[in-house]
Amino acid sequence: MRQGNHFFSEHYGLREADLERYLAAALSEGGDYADLYFEYTTTSSILLDESLVKSATEGISMGCGVRVLSGEQTGYAYTDDLTPEKILKAARIAARIASGPARVFTVGLTTVECPNNLYSVPVPSTERDLTEKLDLVRRGDQAARAYDPRIRQVRVSYGDQVRHVLIAGSDGRVVTDLQPLVRLGVFTIAQENSNLQSGSSGGGGRVGLEFFQGENSPESFAREAARQAIVQLTAQEAPAGEMEVVLGPGWPGILLHEAVGHGLEADFNRKGISAFSGRIGQRVASELCTVVDDGTVPGRRGSLNVDDEGAPTERTVLIEDGILRGYLQDRLSALVMKSTRTGNGRRESYEHIPLPRMTNTCMLAGSEDSQEIIRSVRRGLYAVYFGGGQVDITNGKFVFSAAEAYLIEDGKVTAPVKGATLIGDGPTVLTRVTAVGNDLRLDPGIGTCGKDGQSVPVGVGIPTVKVSRLTVGGTAPRSAQSFQ
Amino acid sequence: MSENALEQLAIELVAGAMHAGATAADVVVREADEFSTVLRLGKIESLKEAASKALGLRVFSGTRSATSFSSDFSGASLARLVDRTLAMARATSEDPASGLPAAEVLGRHAGEMELFSPEVAELSTDDRIQCARRAEEAALATDPRIRNSEGAWFEASWGTKAYANSLGFAGSYLTSYCAVSVAPIAQNGGMQRDYWYSVARRPSALEDPVAVGRKAAERALRKLGARKISTCRVPVVFDPETARSLLGHVFEAVRGDAIYRSASFLAGKLGQRVAGENVTIWDDGIRPCGFGSRPFDDEGVPACITPVIEQGTLSNYLLNCYTARKLNLRTTGNASRGVAGPPVVGPKNFYLAAGPHPPGEILRSVRSGFFVTELIGFGVNIVTGDYSRGAAGMWIENGELAFPVEEVTIAGNLAEMLNHIEAIASDLEFRAALASPTLLIGGLTLAGT
Repeated sequence: MRQGNHFFSEHYGLREADLERYLAAALSEGGDYADLYFEYTTTSSILLDESLVKSATEGISMGCGVRVLSGEQTGYAYTDDLTPEKILKAARIAARIASGPARVFTVGLTTVECPNNLYSVPVPSTERDLTEKLDLVRRGDQAARAYDPRIRQVRVSYGDQVRHVLIAGSDGRVVTDLQPLVRLGVFTIAQENSNLQSGSSGGGGRVGLEFFQGENSPESFAREAARQAIVQLTAQEAPAGEMEVVLGPGWPGILLHEAVGHGLEADFNRKGISAFSGRIGQRVASELCTVVDDGTVPGRRGSLNVDDEGAPTERTVLIEDGILRGYLQDRLSALVMKSTRTGNGRRESYEHIPLPRMTNTCMLAGSEDSQEIIRSVRRGLYAVYFGGGQVDITNGKFVFSAAEAYLIEDGKVTAPVKGATLIGDGPTVLTRVTAVGNDLRLDPGIGTCGKDGQSVPVGVGIPTVKVSRLTVGGTAPRSAQSFQ
Repeated sequence: MSENALEQLAIELVAGAMHAGATAADVVVREADEFSTVLRLGKIESLKEAASKALGLRVFSGTRSATSFSSDFSGASLARLVDRTLAMARATSEDPASGLPAAEVLGRHAGEMELFSPEVAELSTDDRIQCARRAEEAALATDPRIRNSEGAWFEASWGTKAYANSLGFAGSYLTSYCAVSVAPIAQNGGMQRDYWYSVARRPSALEDPVAVGRKAAERALRKLGARKISTCRVPVVFDPETARSLLGHVFEAVRGDAIYRSASFLAGKLGQRVAGENVTIWDDGIRPCGFGSRPFDDEGVPACITPVIEQGTLSNYLLNCYTARKLNLRTTGNASRGVAGPPVVGPKNFYLAAGPHPPGEILRSVRSGFFVTELIGFGVNIVTGDYSRGAAGMWIENGELAFPVEEVTIAGNLAEMLNHIEAIASDLEFRAALASPTLLIGGLTLAGT
């Protein structure tokens, strides 16, 4: 999908001369660098509940954000009106961050081709017929209800967006991209007498509607959500205290996102307020662990051809064989830290200032068989599906919440336990990784990360991993379950 | 645009939708100005300023409906929006509970709520920056162990919201908001960050930035040297900030949409005892300067005060028009609508009524327990009430704060927690739409080593 190139010129008459004029206004009080971020996003969403299509929504959000960098300072303004007067006004407001003579903007603008094309979408989802999307949610609803008579409530949500962007910088680079995103989610409630339990599943990515087939079909997500709710009907109290934990492949990669990913975002490190500040070259994980942030995996939810500052995304090694190698950089932090950009400058929309953010954060596969890893545990927890997580960047303490987990007893997966939060220490948790499986899997494509009030789509991935000690936040004292 | 012009736009768009064949329609329009600045170690990190606008349209075709939103207010664009939304509506399901509220429940609460002050917009950029600067300076001056900072923020916004529907209701109102906050880093071997803030509808009601800075510094300092403790079952004192998050879970559990789907541990409990007799929870839509106050909700229903739990008995769910029809009840004026999507159920000023005890007295009553000042993560299941979150705070020994604690979890079940609120403090303050005083809850599991 490359037709983004001429979108703003065709629909809003935007010419190179206009971009030059706006950039000149942005640098009218000095400043080292300015950029313009034009965005035109169409979105649609559907909610099916009680087998009824209860809401269908579509909308357009568009605007232009103007940023001026002056030393370490940022001036920012935006407008949701793409007329020249409003953009010039925003440029002059953003310019106020600097206080010096105007910089004469003389560099000619050059449109730069994206090196990647990570989105192979024949027809953008926003151009597909509503009935095709309604069919997806109805199929999900039927499959979840057919799974087991104890499934009493089913909610299926569908959402998509197509974002046209044009980024023009005072370094003369103009980059355009057309970024698709779709997501299907299923939420179920199972009931047995007065016992009610829930389950959820879903998937998506920077793909088209053809994604939703086979293992990504609505039926497949629906059965998974239904299965989880049914399993939870027999769940016992989760254990409380430190124990050996085995994480299943895929979604449990949220461990990496919380424990190390956020703490390696460069803004926290240039300010010296991350638990990882100043630790490049030091051991922060066992030698079994190599962790990368990869924005270049085709079709993934966290992937982008270019980041929201126009830099090509990359595969950045964060931890190599247990040694901390690098941070996630945007333009400003790379400048201040005299480092190179890594294509991690992201923003929620034209209303927001770019920040260093993750894309798809993964641990590379090891060599062990996942079943062997489970067999090696005498007493522990096997956690396979997670809800959200959070981290305190400065002291490094992080949580992630298991939605589906089981006890491991004498090397065997036994009883399911209720959802529980796991808590650990980011800079040390990976030093306790004692086994890494050969079964790396990426999450199904429904993750969203929040930072400074900005939400961006992200991905995670991990193989089966054994952590020798992690605190499990259940309610059952260990003695009651013969945990030693 | 003026307040009147926004209201007029909403009225005209409703008329346009009806003319195009809708059987009913409503429109919400928002316009807002925002300003924010971040200072760090005395230097400006960023200045941001912008004005924005957007509208949301909902159309009905019989009992089918659809919604759309746009920031393009041109006539041609709005005409297209109406046509597309109607076409979408015709493709959705017949839903007998859908529709606008009954005409006779529409209206506007007459009292003055003081939701807007022109002072917010009038404050100069220098004054705004100065407010954040004073907060950070005060934090850094508190103690030599505070040498770094994540930053200090001043944020302001002001704007108009207008609503009109095809039953002839139209209204609009202004709101304003300002906030100062600071996040200092305390260092002593390890690093600890904490923050404090003040928010208000007008700048003159903000707390002194110096006091905000000092409190932020004290909160960060008391975390230094925090340690993990052994797993135990203890009484837990929630400070007003962490107690507010508990109120958030109770709100989620009394929302009409969770109730009609049986997706709440409080579903089917109307009129029953769900909490101790000392617990009363209100949802108050008319409180002056309240962050959840408004003259009418996002379906045109006037603000009111709804008792939610009265002396332990669940007396009302919180409802918009749709969830009220699903449950054969009356709307409680809790319709809340961003521009995108249909109205959902949102809180008014949802709070737990203050008790008789000074918070210090509650702490002193605990022989051995945990004072929780921070909760992280999402381990709360509203369907079952199962509760498990990451926590940090202070260990209480013989009624005194003994040492800081980190890397632990607190777990229990919300239904049981509501029944084990053993003491309620007198320190209720409204710092958001949700509020709670300090609470003592018995018998929670704290997981550590």
